[in-house]
Amino acid sequence: MTALVQFDDVTLGYDRHPAVHHLDGAIAPGALIALVGPNGAGKSTLCRGIVGLLKPLAGTIRRTLDARDIAYLPQSADIDRTFPISVFDFAATGLWRRTGVFGGIGARGRAEVARALAAVGLSGFENRAIGTLSGGQTQRLLFARVLLQDASLIVLDEPFNAVDAKTSADLLELIRRWHAEGRTVLAALHDFELVRTHFPETLLLARGLVAWGPTREVMTPDHLARARDMCEAFDDTAAACVAEPPHAHAA
Amino acid sequence: MPFDILIAPFVEFAFMRRALAGIMALALGGAPIGVFLLLRRMSLVGDAMAHAILPGAAIGFLISGLSLFAMTFGGLIAGFAVALASGLVARGTATKEDASLAAFYLISLALGVAIVSVRGTNIDLLHVLFGNILALDDATLMVIALNTTITLVVLAAIYRPLVVECVDPVFLRTVSRAGGLAHLAFLALVVVNLVSGFHALGTLLAVGLLVLPAGIAQFWSRDLTRVIAIATGVAMAAGYGGLVLSFHADIPSGPAVILIAGAIYAASVLFGPVGGLVRRLRPGRHLEA
Repeated sequence: MTALVQFDDVTLGYDRHPAVHHLDGAIAPGALIALVGPNGAGKSTLCRGIVGLLKPLAGTIRRTLDARDIAYLPQSADIDRTFPISVFDFAATGLWRRTGVFGGIGARGRAEVARALAAVGLSGFENRAIGTLSGGQTQRLLFARVLLQDASLIVLDEPFNAVDAKTSADLLELIRRWHAEGRTVLAALHDFELVRTHFPETLLLARGLVAWGPTREVMTPDHLARARDMCEAFDDTAAACVAEPPHAHAA
Repeated sequence: MPFDILIAPFVEFAFMRRALAGIMALALGGAPIGVFLLLRRMSLVGDAMAHAILPGAAIGFLISGLSLFAMTFGGLIAGFAVALASGLVARGTATKEDASLAAFYLISLALGVAIVSVRGTNIDLLHVLFGNILALDDATLMVIALNTTITLVVLAAIYRPLVVECVDPVFLRTVSRAGGLAHLAFLALVVVNLVSGFHALGTLLAVGLLVLPAGIAQFWSRDLTRVIAIATGVAMAAGYGGLVLSFHADIPSGPAVILIAGAIYAASVLFGPVGGLVRRLRPGRHLEA
Protein backbone atom coordinates (compact mmCIF):
# COMPACT_ATOMS: atom_id res chain seq x y z
CA MET A 1 0.00 0.00 0.00
CA THR A 2 1.67 3.25 -1.10
CA ALA A 3 1.49 6.18 1.27
CA LEU A 4 -0.63 9.20 0.35
CA VAL A 5 1.92 11.52 1.88
CA GLN A 6 5.51 10.51 2.68
CA PHE A 7 7.77 12.62 4.92
CA ASP A 8 11.53 12.20 4.49
CA ASP A 9 13.52 14.09 7.11
CA VAL A 10 11.16 17.05 6.72
CA THR A 11 11.93 20.35 8.42
CA LEU A 12 9.25 23.01 8.10
CA GLY A 13 9.48 26.52 9.44
CA TYR A 14 9.58 30.21 8.90
CA ASP A 15 12.55 32.39 8.15
CA ARG A 16 15.04 29.48 8.64
CA HIS A 17 13.67 28.77 12.13
CA PRO A 18 12.28 25.25 12.26
CA ALA A 19 8.77 24.69 13.61
CA VAL A 20 8.71 21.01 12.70
CA HIS A 21 12.10 19.36 12.94
CA HIS A 22 13.32 16.27 11.02
CA LEU A 23 10.02 14.48 10.59
CA ASP A 24 9.90 11.01 9.05
CA GLY A 25 6.79 8.98 8.44
CA ALA A 26 3.89 8.36 6.14
CA ILE A 27 0.16 8.92 5.96
CA ALA A 28 -1.48 5.70 4.76
CA PRO A 29 -4.62 5.79 2.61
CA GLY A 30 -7.76 5.50 4.69
CA ALA A 31 -6.06 6.46 7.96
CA LEU A 32 -7.84 8.47 10.64
CA ILE A 33 -5.07 10.35 12.39
CA ALA A 34 -5.16 12.70 15.35
CA LEU A 35 -2.38 15.30 15.33
CA VAL A 36 -1.64 16.06 18.99
CA GLY A 37 0.85 18.35 20.69
CA PRO A 38 1.12 21.41 22.94
CA ASN A 39 0.63 24.93 21.60
CA GLY A 40 3.57 25.86 19.41
CA ALA A 41 4.37 22.22 18.68
CA GLY A 42 4.15 22.82 14.94
CA LYS A 43 0.75 21.25 14.28
CA SER A 44 -0.53 24.07 12.07
CA THR A 45 2.84 24.29 10.32
CA LEU A 46 2.71 20.58 9.53
CA CYS A 47 -0.85 20.96 8.17
CA ARG A 48 0.29 23.77 5.90
CA GLY A 49 3.20 21.64 4.73
CA ILE A 50 0.95 18.69 3.93
CA VAL A 51 -1.42 20.74 1.78
CA GLY A 52 1.50 22.45 0.03
CA LEU A 53 1.00 26.01 1.32
CA LEU A 54 4.44 25.87 2.94
CA LYS A 55 7.58 24.47 1.28
CA PRO A 56 9.92 22.47 3.52
CA LEU A 57 13.17 24.15 4.60
CA ALA A 58 14.81 20.75 4.19
CA GLY A 59 13.79 17.20 3.38
CA THR A 60 10.94 16.24 1.07
CA ILE A 61 7.19 15.78 1.32
CA ARG A 62 6.06 13.39 -1.41
CA ARG A 63 2.38 13.27 -2.30
CA THR A 64 0.90 10.55 -4.46
CA LEU A 65 -2.30 12.53 -4.91
CA ASP A 66 -3.04 15.80 -6.67
CA ALA A 67 -2.84 18.86 -4.38
CA ARG A 68 -6.43 19.67 -5.34
CA ASP A 69 -7.53 16.32 -3.99
CA ILE A 70 -6.75 17.62 -0.49
CA ALA A 71 -9.33 19.59 1.49
CA TYR A 72 -7.84 21.89 4.11
CA LEU A 73 -9.61 23.63 6.94
CA PRO A 74 -7.24 26.11 8.62
CA GLN A 75 -7.34 26.81 12.34
CA SER A 76 -8.81 30.28 12.19
CA ALA A 77 -10.02 30.41 8.63
CA ASP A 78 -9.09 33.76 7.17
CA ILE A 79 -12.62 34.55 6.04
CA ASP A 80 -13.92 38.05 5.39
CA ARG A 81 -17.26 37.60 7.12
CA THR A 82 -18.49 41.04 6.09
CA PHE A 83 -18.35 40.02 2.42
CA PRO A 84 -21.85 40.05 0.90
CA ILE A 85 -22.08 36.38 -0.07
CA SER A 86 -24.81 33.90 0.86
CA VAL A 87 -24.32 30.68 2.80
CA PHE A 88 -25.34 28.72 -0.29
CA ASP A 89 -22.83 30.42 -2.61
CA PHE A 90 -20.05 30.11 -0.05
CA ALA A 91 -20.61 26.37 0.38
CA ALA A 92 -20.87 25.97 -3.40
CA THR A 93 -17.25 27.11 -3.81
CA GLY A 94 -16.42 23.64 -2.48
CA LEU A 95 -17.35 22.34 -5.94
CA TRP A 96 -14.44 24.31 -7.42
CA ARG A 97 -12.49 21.24 -8.52
CA ARG A 98 -15.40 20.25 -10.75
CA THR A 99 -16.51 23.68 -11.97
CA GLY A 100 -13.19 25.53 -12.23
CA VAL A 101 -13.30 29.24 -12.99
CA PHE A 102 -16.13 29.15 -15.53
CA GLY A 103 -18.21 26.00 -15.11
CA GLY A 104 -21.74 26.16 -13.77
CA ILE A 105 -22.82 23.93 -10.89
CA GLY A 106 -26.10 22.88 -12.51
CA ALA A 107 -29.12 21.27 -10.91
CA ARG A 108 -27.05 18.33 -9.67
CA GLY A 109 -24.57 20.69 -7.98
CA ARG A 110 -27.37 22.69 -6.39
CA ALA A 111 -28.87 19.51 -4.97
CA GLU A 112 -25.46 18.48 -3.62
CA VAL A 113 -24.97 21.86 -1.93
CA ALA A 114 -28.44 21.58 -0.37
CA ARG A 115 -27.59 18.06 0.88
CA ALA A 116 -24.25 19.21 2.30
CA LEU A 117 -25.90 22.09 4.16
CA ALA A 118 -28.52 19.68 5.49
CA ALA A 119 -25.77 17.29 6.63
CA VAL A 120 -24.22 20.00 8.82
CA GLY A 121 -27.60 21.21 10.09
CA LEU A 122 -27.73 24.47 8.16
CA SER A 123 -30.89 23.84 6.13
CA GLY A 124 -32.93 27.02 5.96
CA PHE A 125 -29.83 29.20 6.12
CA GLU A 126 -29.16 29.10 2.35
CA ASN A 127 -29.95 32.74 1.62
CA ARG A 128 -28.48 34.24 4.77
CA ALA A 129 -25.32 36.33 4.44
CA ILE A 130 -22.32 34.52 5.97
CA GLY A 131 -21.78 37.46 8.34
CA THR A 132 -25.02 36.63 10.17
CA LEU A 133 -23.81 33.17 11.28
CA SER A 134 -22.48 32.44 14.77
CA GLY A 135 -19.02 30.94 15.31
CA GLY A 136 -20.34 27.40 15.54
CA GLN A 137 -22.55 27.84 12.49
CA THR A 138 -19.57 29.19 10.54
CA GLN A 139 -17.62 26.05 11.46
CA ARG A 140 -20.56 23.96 10.26
CA LEU A 141 -20.55 25.90 6.99
CA LEU A 142 -16.82 25.26 6.54
CA PHE A 143 -17.44 21.54 7.09
CA ALA A 144 -20.16 21.66 4.44
CA ARG A 145 -17.63 23.08 2.02
CA VAL A 146 -15.10 20.35 2.88
CA LEU A 147 -17.90 17.83 2.31
CA LEU A 148 -18.50 19.24 -1.18
CA GLN A 149 -14.79 19.22 -2.01
CA ASP A 150 -15.10 15.44 -2.10
CA ALA A 151 -11.37 15.11 -1.35
CA SER A 152 -9.37 11.93 -0.71
CA LEU A 153 -7.31 13.57 2.03
CA ILE A 154 -8.91 15.94 4.54
CA VAL A 155 -6.70 18.06 6.80
CA LEU A 156 -8.50 19.76 9.70
CA ASP A 157 -6.57 22.16 11.93
CA GLU A 158 -8.20 22.27 15.38
CA PRO A 159 -11.72 21.97 13.94
CA PHE A 160 -13.40 21.94 17.37
CA ASN A 161 -11.87 25.14 18.71
CA ALA A 162 -14.42 27.43 20.34
CA VAL A 163 -17.25 25.15 19.32
CA ASP A 164 -19.93 23.87 21.71
CA ALA A 165 -20.43 20.20 22.61
CA LYS A 166 -23.40 19.65 20.32
CA THR A 167 -21.60 21.14 17.33
CA SER A 168 -18.41 19.16 17.93
CA ALA A 169 -20.43 15.96 18.31
CA ASP A 170 -22.19 16.65 14.99
CA LEU A 171 -18.95 17.49 13.21
CA LEU A 172 -17.20 14.47 14.71
CA GLU A 173 -19.97 12.34 13.22
CA LEU A 174 -19.04 13.78 9.79
CA ILE A 175 -15.39 12.88 10.33
CA ARG A 176 -16.37 9.31 11.19
CA ARG A 177 -18.50 9.20 8.06
CA TRP A 178 -15.54 10.35 5.94
CA HIS A 179 -13.41 7.65 7.54
CA ALA A 180 -16.09 5.02 6.79
CA GLU A 181 -16.14 6.17 3.16
CA GLY A 182 -12.44 5.35 2.94
CA ARG A 183 -11.18 8.93 2.96
CA THR A 184 -8.01 9.82 4.83
CA VAL A 185 -8.47 12.32 7.64
CA LEU A 186 -5.85 14.11 9.71
CA ALA A 187 -7.12 16.41 12.45
CA ALA A 188 -5.15 18.55 14.90
CA LEU A 189 -6.84 18.19 18.29
CA HIS A 190 -6.40 19.11 21.94
CA ASP A 191 -9.08 16.94 23.54
CA PHE A 192 -7.20 13.78 24.60
CA GLU A 193 -10.39 12.01 25.62
CA LEU A 194 -11.85 12.52 22.16
CA VAL A 195 -8.63 11.34 20.53
CA ARG A 196 -8.53 8.15 22.63
CA THR A 197 -12.17 7.32 21.89
CA HIS A 198 -12.44 8.09 18.20
CA PHE A 199 -9.02 8.17 16.54
CA PRO A 200 -7.21 4.87 15.89
CA GLU A 201 -3.91 6.56 14.97
CA THR A 202 -2.08 9.48 16.62
CA LEU A 203 0.86 11.65 15.64
CA LEU A 204 2.32 13.28 18.74
CA LEU A 205 4.34 16.32 17.75
CA ALA A 206 6.47 18.72 19.79
CA ARG A 207 8.49 20.45 17.07
CA GLY A 208 10.18 17.07 16.66
CA LEU A 209 8.22 13.84 16.37
CA VAL A 210 7.60 12.27 19.79
CA ALA A 211 5.64 9.25 18.66
CA TRP A 212 3.46 8.16 15.73
CA GLY A 213 1.36 5.01 15.68
CA PRO A 214 -1.70 3.39 17.26
CA THR A 215 -3.28 5.86 19.66
CA ARG A 216 -3.05 3.44 22.61
CA GLU A 217 0.73 3.22 22.28
CA VAL A 218 1.30 6.92 21.55
CA MET A 219 -0.85 8.58 24.19
CA THR A 220 1.12 7.35 27.21
CA PRO A 221 1.91 9.60 30.19
CA ASP A 222 5.59 9.18 29.39
CA HIS A 223 5.23 10.41 25.79
CA LEU A 224 2.96 13.30 26.77
CA ALA A 225 5.44 14.48 29.40
CA ARG A 226 8.23 14.36 26.82
CA ALA A 227 6.08 16.38 24.40
CA ARG A 228 5.64 19.11 27.02
CA ASP A 229 9.38 19.31 27.61
CA MET A 230 10.41 19.31 23.96
CA CYS A 231 8.57 22.49 23.07
CA GLU A 232 11.55 24.77 23.49
CA ALA A 233 11.30 28.45 22.59
CA PHE A 234 12.04 30.04 19.23
CA ASP A 235 15.64 31.21 19.52
CA ASP A 236 16.68 34.20 17.44
CA THR A 237 20.36 33.47 17.88
CA ALA A 238 20.18 29.72 17.24
CA ALA A 239 23.08 28.29 15.24
CA ALA A 240 22.50 26.44 11.97
CA CYS A 241 21.21 22.95 12.66
CA VAL A 242 24.07 20.45 12.44
CA ALA A 243 21.80 17.44 12.04
CA GLU A 244 20.97 18.60 8.54
CA PRO A 245 23.22 17.91 5.57
CA PRO A 246 25.26 21.07 4.81
CA HIS A 247 23.77 21.68 1.34
CA ALA A 248 20.37 22.28 2.97
CA HIS A 249 21.56 25.68 4.12
CA ALA A 250 22.59 26.88 0.70
CA ALA A 251 19.08 28.08 -0.09
CA MET B 1 -41.09 72.75 -17.33
CA PRO B 2 -39.42 69.48 -16.21
CA PHE B 3 -38.71 68.87 -19.89
CA ASP B 4 -36.83 72.17 -20.12
CA ILE B 5 -34.71 71.36 -17.09
CA LEU B 6 -34.14 67.64 -17.46
CA ILE B 7 -34.20 66.86 -21.18
CA ALA B 8 -33.85 70.02 -23.23
CA PRO B 9 -30.10 70.48 -22.64
CA PHE B 10 -29.44 67.10 -24.22
CA VAL B 11 -31.83 67.73 -27.12
CA GLU B 12 -30.33 71.10 -27.89
CA PHE B 13 -26.60 70.51 -27.51
CA ALA B 14 -24.50 67.79 -29.11
CA PHE B 15 -21.73 68.20 -26.49
CA MET B 16 -24.26 67.40 -23.74
CA ARG B 17 -25.34 64.23 -25.55
CA ARG B 18 -21.72 63.20 -25.94
CA ALA B 19 -21.05 63.92 -22.27
CA LEU B 20 -24.08 61.85 -21.31
CA ALA B 21 -22.91 58.90 -23.41
CA GLY B 22 -19.42 59.21 -21.92
CA ILE B 23 -20.56 59.34 -18.31
CA MET B 24 -22.91 56.37 -18.84
CA ALA B 25 -20.03 54.30 -20.22
CA LEU B 26 -17.83 55.35 -17.31
CA ALA B 27 -20.54 54.43 -14.81
CA LEU B 28 -21.13 51.03 -16.39
CA GLY B 29 -17.49 49.97 -16.12
CA GLY B 30 -16.42 51.91 -13.05
CA ALA B 31 -19.17 51.00 -10.59
CA PRO B 32 -18.48 47.23 -10.45
CA ILE B 33 -14.75 47.90 -10.20
CA GLY B 34 -15.48 50.28 -7.31
CA VAL B 35 -17.52 47.61 -5.53
CA PHE B 36 -14.54 45.24 -5.58
CA LEU B 37 -12.16 48.02 -4.54
CA LEU B 38 -14.32 48.55 -1.48
CA LEU B 39 -14.76 44.87 -0.70
CA ARG B 40 -11.02 44.34 -0.92
CA ARG B 41 -10.49 47.30 1.46
CA MET B 42 -8.66 49.05 -1.36
CA SER B 43 -10.69 52.25 -1.80
CA LEU B 44 -7.77 54.42 -0.74
CA VAL B 45 -5.42 52.32 -2.83
CA GLY B 46 -7.65 53.28 -5.77
CA ASP B 47 -7.19 56.92 -4.82
CA ALA B 48 -3.43 56.51 -4.64
CA MET B 49 -3.39 54.73 -8.00
CA ALA B 50 -5.34 57.59 -9.57
CA HIS B 51 -2.47 59.88 -8.65
CA ALA B 52 0.21 57.34 -9.45
CA ILE B 53 -0.82 57.02 -13.11
CA LEU B 54 -0.43 60.75 -13.74
CA PRO B 55 3.18 60.80 -15.08
CA GLY B 56 2.42 58.02 -17.57
CA ALA B 57 -0.72 59.75 -18.75
CA ALA B 58 1.16 63.05 -18.87
CA ILE B 59 3.93 61.63 -21.06
CA GLY B 60 1.31 60.12 -23.36
CA PHE B 61 -0.39 63.51 -23.43
CA LEU B 62 2.86 65.29 -24.31
CA ILE B 63 3.70 62.89 -27.11
CA SER B 64 0.32 62.75 -28.80
CA GLY B 65 -1.82 65.49 -27.32
CA LEU B 66 -5.18 64.66 -25.79
CA SER B 67 -5.25 61.16 -27.26
CA LEU B 68 -6.92 58.96 -24.70
CA PHE B 69 -5.24 55.94 -26.23
CA ALA B 70 -1.72 57.22 -25.56
CA MET B 71 -2.77 58.43 -22.11
CA THR B 72 -4.32 55.06 -21.28
CA PHE B 73 -1.21 53.21 -22.34
CA GLY B 74 1.08 55.57 -20.42
CA GLY B 75 -1.18 55.41 -17.39
CA LEU B 76 -1.19 51.62 -17.42
CA ILE B 77 2.61 51.53 -17.47
CA ALA B 78 2.93 54.12 -14.68
CA GLY B 79 0.22 52.45 -12.59
CA PHE B 80 1.86 49.05 -12.82
CA ALA B 81 5.31 50.49 -12.20
CA VAL B 82 4.11 52.10 -8.97
CA ALA B 83 2.14 49.03 -7.86
CA LEU B 84 5.11 46.78 -8.59
CA ALA B 85 7.72 49.08 -7.03
CA SER B 86 5.73 49.57 -3.84
CA GLY B 87 5.03 45.84 -3.63
CA LEU B 88 8.73 45.02 -4.08
CA VAL B 89 9.84 47.59 -1.50
CA ALA B 90 7.22 46.35 0.96
CA ARG B 91 8.34 42.74 0.52
CA GLY B 92 12.07 43.40 0.35
CA THR B 93 12.37 45.82 3.28
CA ALA B 94 10.74 46.40 6.65
CA THR B 95 8.33 48.99 5.16
CA LYS B 96 4.63 48.11 5.12
CA GLU B 97 2.74 48.10 1.83
CA ASP B 98 0.61 51.18 2.61
CA ALA B 99 3.63 53.28 3.56
CA SER B 100 5.59 52.37 0.44
CA LEU B 101 2.54 52.91 -1.78
CA ALA B 102 2.04 56.36 -0.22
CA ALA B 103 5.66 57.23 -0.90
CA PHE B 104 5.57 56.06 -4.51
CA TYR B 105 2.26 57.65 -5.43
CA LEU B 106 3.36 61.02 -4.04
CA ILE B 107 6.61 60.86 -6.01
CA SER B 108 4.63 59.84 -9.07
CA LEU B 109 2.08 62.63 -8.66
CA ALA B 110 4.80 65.26 -8.27
CA LEU B 111 6.58 63.90 -11.32
CA GLY B 112 3.35 63.97 -13.33
CA VAL B 113 2.50 67.57 -12.47
CA ALA B 114 6.11 68.57 -13.26
CA ILE B 115 5.96 66.85 -16.67
CA VAL B 116 2.67 68.46 -17.62
CA SER B 117 3.74 71.95 -16.57
CA VAL B 118 7.15 71.77 -18.27
CA ARG B 119 5.64 71.28 -21.68
CA GLY B 120 1.99 72.19 -21.38
CA THR B 121 0.06 75.27 -20.36
CA ASN B 122 -1.92 75.94 -17.21
CA ILE B 123 -5.05 74.98 -19.09
CA ASP B 124 -3.58 71.55 -19.84
CA LEU B 125 -2.75 71.11 -16.18
CA LEU B 126 -6.30 72.08 -15.17
CA HIS B 127 -7.64 69.63 -17.71
CA VAL B 128 -5.53 66.78 -16.33
CA LEU B 129 -6.29 67.60 -12.72
CA PHE B 130 -10.03 68.21 -13.05
CA GLY B 131 -11.05 66.88 -16.47
CA ASN B 132 -13.75 68.22 -18.71
CA ILE B 133 -16.40 65.83 -19.84
CA LEU B 134 -18.10 68.54 -21.89
CA ALA B 135 -15.16 68.47 -24.32
CA LEU B 136 -15.22 64.78 -25.27
CA ASP B 137 -14.56 64.20 -28.98
CA ASP B 138 -15.70 61.13 -30.88
CA ALA B 139 -12.37 59.33 -30.64
CA THR B 140 -12.21 59.79 -26.87
CA LEU B 141 -15.77 58.58 -26.55
CA MET B 142 -14.89 55.45 -28.49
CA VAL B 143 -11.88 54.75 -26.26
CA ILE B 144 -14.00 55.16 -23.11
CA ALA B 145 -16.56 52.77 -24.57
CA LEU B 146 -13.79 50.32 -25.51
CA ASN B 147 -12.33 50.51 -21.98
CA THR B 148 -15.74 49.82 -20.49
CA THR B 149 -16.28 46.86 -22.80
CA ILE B 150 -12.88 45.43 -21.88
CA THR B 151 -13.66 45.99 -18.19
CA LEU B 152 -16.96 44.13 -18.30
CA VAL B 153 -15.60 41.21 -20.34
CA VAL B 154 -12.48 40.76 -18.19
CA LEU B 155 -14.46 41.20 -14.98
CA ALA B 156 -16.85 38.46 -16.10
CA ALA B 157 -13.87 36.21 -16.79
CA ILE B 158 -12.17 36.73 -13.40
CA TYR B 159 -15.35 37.13 -11.36
CA ARG B 160 -15.31 33.80 -9.53
CA PRO B 161 -11.65 33.78 -8.41
CA LEU B 162 -11.93 37.47 -7.53
CA VAL B 163 -14.92 36.86 -5.26
CA VAL B 164 -13.41 33.79 -3.60
CA GLU B 165 -10.10 35.57 -3.11
CA CYS B 166 -11.93 38.34 -1.25
CA VAL B 167 -13.86 35.95 0.99
CA ASP B 168 -11.33 33.22 1.68
CA PRO B 169 -7.89 33.66 0.06
CA VAL B 170 -6.33 30.58 1.69
CA PHE B 171 -9.08 28.36 0.32
CA LEU B 172 -8.56 29.72 -3.17
CA ARG B 173 -4.85 28.97 -2.94
CA THR B 174 -5.59 25.35 -2.10
CA VAL B 175 -7.97 24.82 -5.03
CA SER B 176 -6.64 27.08 -7.79
CA ARG B 177 -3.76 29.16 -9.00
CA ALA B 178 -6.09 31.75 -10.55
CA GLY B 179 -5.98 34.07 -7.53
CA GLY B 180 -2.78 35.94 -8.33
CA LEU B 181 -3.73 36.33 -11.98
CA ALA B 182 -7.19 37.59 -11.06
CA HIS B 183 -5.65 40.14 -8.69
CA LEU B 184 -3.30 41.45 -11.39
CA ALA B 185 -6.08 41.63 -13.97
CA PHE B 186 -8.21 43.48 -11.44
CA LEU B 187 -5.44 46.03 -10.80
CA ALA B 188 -5.16 46.55 -14.56
CA LEU B 189 -8.92 47.17 -14.74
CA VAL B 190 -8.64 49.72 -11.94
CA VAL B 191 -6.00 51.60 -13.90
CA VAL B 192 -7.98 51.35 -17.17
CA ASN B 193 -11.05 52.83 -15.51
CA LEU B 194 -9.10 55.57 -13.76
CA VAL B 195 -7.55 56.63 -17.06
CA SER B 196 -11.01 56.61 -18.66
CA GLY B 197 -12.23 58.76 -15.82
CA PHE B 198 -9.39 61.24 -16.40
CA HIS B 199 -11.13 63.09 -19.18
CA ALA B 200 -14.43 63.39 -17.41
CA LEU B 201 -13.39 63.98 -13.84
CA GLY B 202 -9.64 64.54 -13.81
CA THR B 203 -7.01 62.73 -11.78
CA LEU B 204 -8.31 64.12 -8.51
CA LEU B 205 -11.91 62.96 -8.87
CA ALA B 206 -11.65 59.97 -11.23
CA VAL B 207 -11.77 57.50 -8.36
CA GLY B 208 -14.98 59.18 -7.14
CA LEU B 209 -17.19 57.58 -9.77
CA LEU B 210 -15.70 54.19 -8.81
CA VAL B 211 -15.83 54.32 -5.04
CA LEU B 212 -18.77 56.57 -4.12
CA PRO B 213 -21.51 54.52 -5.86
CA ALA B 214 -20.03 51.35 -4.35
CA GLY B 215 -20.07 52.93 -0.89
CA ILE B 216 -23.68 53.95 -1.42
CA ALA B 217 -24.75 50.49 -2.61
CA GLN B 218 -23.34 48.84 0.52
CA PHE B 219 -25.94 50.67 2.58
CA TRP B 220 -28.75 49.12 0.55
CA SER B 221 -28.00 45.42 0.15
CA ARG B 222 -26.10 42.45 1.57
CA ASP B 223 -26.07 40.59 -1.72
CA LEU B 224 -23.12 41.07 -4.06
CA THR B 225 -25.14 40.96 -7.29
CA ARG B 226 -27.56 43.57 -5.98
CA VAL B 227 -24.73 45.72 -4.62
CA ILE B 228 -23.17 45.82 -8.10
CA ALA B 229 -26.52 46.57 -9.77
CA ILE B 230 -27.32 49.36 -7.30
CA ALA B 231 -23.83 50.85 -7.63
CA THR B 232 -24.14 50.92 -11.42
CA GLY B 233 -27.58 52.51 -11.27
CA VAL B 234 -26.42 55.11 -8.78
CA ALA B 235 -23.34 55.94 -10.84
CA MET B 236 -25.53 56.49 -13.92
CA ALA B 237 -28.04 58.59 -12.00
CA ALA B 238 -25.27 60.69 -10.45
CA GLY B 239 -23.68 61.14 -13.87
CA TYR B 240 -26.93 62.32 -15.42
CA GLY B 241 -27.87 64.47 -12.44
CA GLY B 242 -24.39 65.98 -12.35
CA LEU B 243 -24.58 66.98 -16.01
CA VAL B 244 -27.97 68.63 -15.50
CA LEU B 245 -26.72 70.43 -12.41
CA SER B 246 -23.56 71.51 -14.17
CA PHE B 247 -25.60 72.86 -17.12
CA HIS B 248 -28.02 74.93 -15.09
CA ALA B 249 -25.88 76.00 -12.15
CA ASP B 250 -22.85 76.62 -14.34
CA ILE B 251 -20.38 74.65 -12.23
CA PRO B 252 -17.74 72.29 -13.70
CA SER B 253 -19.19 68.92 -14.70
CA GLY B 254 -16.76 66.68 -12.78
CA PRO B 255 -17.37 68.18 -9.34
CA ALA B 256 -21.10 68.38 -10.12
CA VAL B 257 -21.26 64.61 -10.76
CA ILE B 258 -19.32 63.81 -7.59
CA LEU B 259 -21.42 66.25 -5.53
CA ILE B 260 -24.64 64.54 -6.65
CA ALA B 261 -23.09 61.17 -5.73
CA GLY B 262 -22.03 62.73 -2.42
CA ALA B 263 -25.59 63.84 -1.69
CA ILE B 264 -26.88 60.30 -2.37
CA TYR B 265 -24.10 58.99 -0.14
CA ALA B 266 -25.16 61.27 2.72
CA ALA B 267 -28.77 60.13 2.36
CA SER B 268 -27.65 56.48 2.34
CA VAL B 269 -25.51 56.92 5.45
CA LEU B 270 -28.62 58.26 7.19
CA PHE B 271 -31.39 56.08 5.80
CA GLY B 272 -29.75 52.98 4.28
CA PRO B 273 -31.35 49.77 5.59
CA VAL B 274 -28.00 47.95 5.91
CA GLY B 275 -26.17 49.64 8.77
CA GLY B 276 -27.52 53.16 8.14
CA LEU B 277 -27.55 55.59 11.06
CA VAL B 278 -31.31 55.84 11.49
CA ARG B 279 -31.66 52.05 11.45
CA ARG B 280 -28.85 51.81 14.02
CA LEU B 281 -30.22 54.44 16.39
CA ARG B 282 -33.89 53.50 16.05
CA PRO B 283 -33.90 49.81 15.17
CA GLY B 284 -37.52 49.39 16.25
CA ARG B 285 -38.77 46.81 18.73
CA HIS B 286 -36.74 43.58 18.65
CA LEU B 287 -38.18 40.66 16.73
CA GLU B 288 -39.45 37.37 18.08
CA ALA B 289 -36.75 35.27 16.43
